[in-house]
Amino acid sequence: MLHFIYACDLPAHPDLADTMFRNRAQQFKDRLGWDVTVDDRGWEQDQYDRLNPLYVIVSDQGRHAASMRLLPTTGPTMVNDHFQQLLPDGPLHSAQIWECTRFCLAPGQGTTAASALQLAGGHLMQAFGVDHFVGVYDRLMTRIYRGIGASPHQLGAAQGICAGLWTFDRDSLRDLSRRADIPLGQVAADFSTSLAAMGRSNAA
Amino acid sequence: MAKRLETFLEHLEQADNQADLQDRAQDLQGILRVDHVVYHWVSTTGEQYGCGTYDPVWVQKYVQKDYLRVDPVVLGCYQRFHPVDWKRLDWSSKSARAFRREAMDHGVGNQGFSIPIRGPKGQFALFTVSHSCDDAAWATFTDAYRRDLILIAHGFNQKALEFEGVAHRGPKKALSPREVDAMTLLAVGYSRAQVAQSLAISEHTLRVYIESARFKLGAMNTTHAVARAMSQGHIVV
Repeated sequence: MLHFIYACDLPAHPDLADTMFRNRAQQFKDRLGWDVTVDDRGWEQDQYDRLNPLYVIVSDQGRHAASMRLLPTTGPTMVNDHFQQLLPDGPLHSAQIWECTRFCLAPGQGTTAASALQLAGGHLMQAFGVDHFVGVYDRLMTRIYRGIGASPHQLGAAQGICAGLWTFDRDSLRDLSRRADIPLGQVAADFSTSLAAMGRSNAA
Repeated sequence: MAKRLETFLEHLEQADNQADLQDRAQDLQGILRVDHVVYHWVSTTGEQYGCGTYDPVWVQKYVQKDYLRVDPVVLGCYQRFHPVDWKRLDWSSKSARAFRREAMDHGVGNQGFSIPIRGPKGQFALFTVSHSCDDAAWATFTDAYRRDLILIAHGFNQKALEFEGVAHRGPKKALSPREVDAMTLLAVGYSRAQVAQSLAISEHTLRVYIESARFKLGAMNTTHAVARAMSQGHIVV
């Protein structure tokens, strides 16, 4: 199932939140060796998780399978705050570009879950009038993104790290839908279920 | 309509003060033929500032009665950043229902679409259009203008940030050499396929160049981007 959940609404999904932040610790600290902070619950979180980001999550039997974190580039973002060297044309601030970070797969999950995540992201972009995601990724991910049918347009690169832009048209969404084995109608249904909850709780 | 909205955005960018923003809100109300257009900035300390076409009596009442704490639009949008149709919000509490009745009595309308804006340093603002019509007509309107409304919302906010002296600084966005090439060829009348062929890139890559030039130029579409690139001296044809 696909979920679209703001940080302030995560307490209503304790298992999903717990497995997502643990899987992030496993991927970014243990596997990639990034300098990230893991708390005593085993959760990896940083300052951008405190800005009430919107998480896109693919779940498998109630547990986290894949996720990413979205923030608008009109406010603070990782790419503008820390990766200016990857942006040859300067900082990105646009109503129609959201930043996508912490692209994470649970151990044992593969390209199907990754495609499902991109599919969910692509649907959200259409529904919310967003043209592009911008993200910072390890150069090693380039092949993986191509393999799941979601290649970014590279903006800049330095020391094995790249910044890129993603966009999805109808054809690429249909392609992702096939790869993820999730009909587009199901994506829309999961999206409206999440959306109904999004406006119904008061942000902290 | 696209032309009128482009002209509107140009006017909005030339606004020099809050009175100009008020005039622009009224212009937009006329262009979109909606009952109301409102821009509303709430500071972290709860101070409010805005412009728009609501009945001034309603605005005064809203502030006096501290409806910021009751208004489901503010509560539902605060700290979030996706555009919201008012029907998606929680109007079920007694206070929310009473608030809605009062708003309707002041002509706010039964439909609304609000765009929350997250700016620098925790800034939060809301841009809203509201109207009286049935659900189907409203869905048609919001589907047709969602993207335009988002651009316009951020246009208002950019101005407000400028007036407050907290706008994102930085050089006036220059176009990259590839973007200049793409815009120039489009300006002289090449089709996308011809541009892609001339630059020896795929049409997909070309689209990314066009899109990034479009956002740098604050343009609504490719034609508008080409026009702006010319008028701002980025390209010469």
